[in-house]
Amino acid sequence: MPRFTALPVLCFLLAGTAALAAPETYALPEPTAQFKAPPDAGHAAGFQAAQENCQTCHSADYVAMQPPRKGPAFWDAEVAKMVKVYHAPIEADQAKAIAAYLGATY
Amino acid sequence: MMDRRRLLAALAAGAGSHALAPLRARADETVTLPFGNGERPLVAYPGKRPLLQMTGRPPQLETPFAVFDEGAITPNDAFFVRYHLADIPTEIDPQAFRVAVTGHVTRSLDLSLADIKALPGQTEIVAVNQCSGNSRGFFEPRIAGGQLANGAMGCARWTGLPLKSVLDKAGIKAGAVQVFFAGLDGPVLPETPDFAKALPVDHASDGEVMLAWGMNGQDLPWLNGFPLRLVVPGFYGTYWVKHLNAITVLDKPFDGFWMTSAYRIPDNACACTEPGKAPDKTVPIGRFNVRSFVTNLADGAQVKAGRVPLRGIAFDGGSGIKAVEVSTDDGRTWSPARLGQDLGRYAFRAWTAEADLAPGPHALRVRATGTDGDTQPMEPRWNPPGYMRNVVETTRVRAA
Repeated sequence: MPRFTALPVLCFLLAGTAALAAPETYALPEPTAQFKAPPDAGHAAGFQAAQENCQTCHSADYVAMQPPRKGPAFWDAEVAKMVKVYHAPIEADQAKAIAAYLGATY
Repeated sequence: MMDRRRLLAALAAGAGSHALAPLRARADETVTLPFGNGERPLVAYPGKRPLLQMTGRPPQLETPFAVFDEGAITPNDAFFVRYHLADIPTEIDPQAFRVAVTGHVTRSLDLSLADIKALPGQTEIVAVNQCSGNSRGFFEPRIAGGQLANGAMGCARWTGLPLKSVLDKAGIKAGAVQVFFAGLDGPVLPETPDFAKALPVDHASDGEVMLAWGMNGQDLPWLNGFPLRLVVPGFYGTYWVKHLNAITVLDKPFDGFWMTSAYRIPDNACACTEPGKAPDKTVPIGRFNVRSFVTNLADGAQVKAGRVPLRGIAFDGGSGIKAVEVSTDDGRTWSPARLGQDLGRYAFRAWTAEADLAPGPHALRVRATGTDGDTQPMEPRWNPPGYMRNVVETTRVRAA
């Protein structure tokens, strides 16, 4: 290699090393979906419990995209899966209220 | 949350990309998929063009179907994204990144990306990745889970190293039965089973299963597993572990949730049950079945009567596509399509055909056959988790 190119090449290599050494980051957009308000005041507690618990692990669109009007058994099973399989720390009465709210609303 | 005015002020002040981090994804448009609750915002994540956002947390993005008409290779910025658990890495130092190879091996390894790239046998393969639950939204009766149309699939040219090279370097001990894979992403709650998958030793060391760092000539996109992912040609995406940093050779089968409870299919030839019924016995999901799609006409399209060009894609689990046929009379009669460039037996195979369409409605059907003789069913099959849909697709058009 001719001598006069050595310095630019060295600078290039150092710059490359510096660029590679930095951690790379990803600006993950925040979720925007919100839980739907329940059809009646009787499900207010379940609505609140859903807002407080479910979004620890997933956004509200996970609920909204599920097939419509599947009814209470479908949502009981989903909430039970979250508690038993994924170990969501939700008390039994809260889980029941969440499932009832989801069944009535989605 | 940063509002628009503050964001503009921050940008004017020369704030870097970190100022953008709290920005909510902007949904400029909504697409409605053809099933109940099918409304999806089109959202552009960093490194991605606007894709159908299934969920924001964890990020799950479906490829708009029109992308598949662009060619047999799916662009990196359009490739679908699927995560199970929401603690996904947002900072990775490619210099510090290590893959631990441990377990039932002669020598445990701790490999940097540079180490992996320096091992012998670097290779490329064009292969389809498809989510097990691709098309779940079309199952009837419908099923809980990710409600996808047909866009949780894509075909890319993957660059990497055969997993076999790494396993050979570590030295698999006698009595090994499986190789277990885990990545940097994990659950929010430590109690939630971490996502991990296993393959039988023979499969893992077949020379095709790959540790890939490159996708279509570039580094893996972040959301597709940067800086390293498993590529399991012909197998469903559940095995293609992203952000791969742990490879463990096991002397007894992995008994974690994601193998023993999730991603299992009925243990029969059709991987199906009577709709609504549970199977007697299940096995882990494996290879893709054969599928084909029209890509240049959407369902419900209006076309000019006369000679109408058709084109699309077909693929299977690795036998390769032998034939694609097209029907313009809802499956009563069939004509062969012309197959396009062969990018390998794991790739999308492009096809073209022409249809003579008289004025009026037409149901176009497309059916592929693999070199193994398998073809697609005319009626959809059903199974409880909503996996492996491969019915002969119907594209309804009106000619005028």
